[in-house]
Amino acid sequence: MVPRPFRLRQVRRETSDTFTLELEPADSAEGFCFRAGQFNMLYVFGVGEIPISISGNPANPRVLTHTTREVGTVTKAMGKLRRGDVIGVRGPFGTPWPIEQAEGADVVIVAGGIGLAPLRSALYHLLAQRDRYGKIVLLYGTRTPGDILYRRELQRWRAQFDLEVHITVDRALSGWRGNVGVVTSLIPRAPFDARNTVALVCGPEIMMRFAVLELQRRGVPPSHIYVSLERNMKCGVGVCGHCQLAPFFVCKDGPVFSYDKVQHLLEKREI
Amino acid sequence: MRTLETVLAEHPFFAGLEQRYLQIIVGCATNVVFEKGQIIFREGEEADRFYLIRQGRVALEVHAAGIGTLTIQTLDAGDILGWSWLVPPYRWHFDARAVELTRAIALDGECLRRKCEEDHDLGYELLKRFAEIITQRLQATRLQLLDVYGAEGHTSRRGGT
Repeated sequence: MVPRPFRLRQVRRETSDTFTLELEPADSAEGFCFRAGQFNMLYVFGVGEIPISISGNPANPRVLTHTTREVGTVTKAMGKLRRGDVIGVRGPFGTPWPIEQAEGADVVIVAGGIGLAPLRSALYHLLAQRDRYGKIVLLYGTRTPGDILYRRELQRWRAQFDLEVHITVDRALSGWRGNVGVVTSLIPRAPFDARNTVALVCGPEIMMRFAVLELQRRGVPPSHIYVSLERNMKCGVGVCGHCQLAPFFVCKDGPVFSYDKVQHLLEKREI
Repeated sequence: MRTLETVLAEHPFFAGLEQRYLQIIVGCATNVVFEKGQIIFREGEEADRFYLIRQGRVALEVHAAGIGTLTIQTLDAGDILGWSWLVPPYRWHFDARAVELTRAIALDGECLRRKCEEDHDLGYELLKRFAEIITQRLQATRLQLLDVYGAEGHTSRRGGT
């Protein structure tokens, strides 16, 4: 529960309001092991502590990577950090994406906005173990072409013959030659075998609900659809109760849930 | 060589449609090709046809003063372009531009409307298919209007506090 000091190796601006932090341990040579889909509590000293998903490569424990968006006090302070600054890290917390269970199946990744960040870790793993999976399809939706995260990496992945990358934006100026429309519109014609597919979905909750509907319409069973939920995580270990979702503590029992476990909860307005 | 009737029968929009109706519809159909960048129709013009896209990509655009031309949706192979031919006053509401070389089948709206008036069963079959497409697009538009990727769409873990 005590934050471990990490030093900032690099701050990379992704879009006008998102950035990626690359951190390394400041206290020892020991790396940071995590599984794709988990999150950390990041502490900007004197400002506050917030939960942020890990977006780096699980196979590289020397570098801890987080991508976030400047929307509040802590993330705005985080965006002002410079190389060499130190922040506190608690974690890793929460459940990972079920990437080992998906072996032998097609994997469809549906990401919306900055929801691509926690899925990037899963993509690193899937691509490193490429021969263990069937088709791998990334469907990524965002607001405008200027909001596309990890642009260079997406271009590289798109050029690979063993990964399908489809990107869509909600609106664009006329110079954009790519797809325009909501991310759910990519699902009906995405190339995967619905009966043998594991879907990983992350983005705003309303986007996830509609994405799940489309996946189910294609025939993917709810037990094969995984969503990453956001709630008000504080302690990270299921004690404080801030992130409670009916019987679950999202920080400990989640953030990754199979959809059949949480479907009835997401449909309740009262929680 | 594949006939227009075969191509129509294989298009998802006409899936399951009786052969006799396909034979009627094919009389209103022609093959068309649009070069990259070519305007297919413009807002306000008479909507006298619709298109089954076979290959390529089409952007639906709207011009907004002070902003420029915005693309609000793209349509790809297998999609239907245009339903204004069905609804008075039969005018296009947006511009359509081929983003890349696009091949399509154009269906004459006036010809189809006339045939639908003569045979209401055909009219109902076509309306059912268009109603499904219009509903899907309405739902997608609602989701777009919500601007779910804006700052309000995220809470702490991915959006930051």
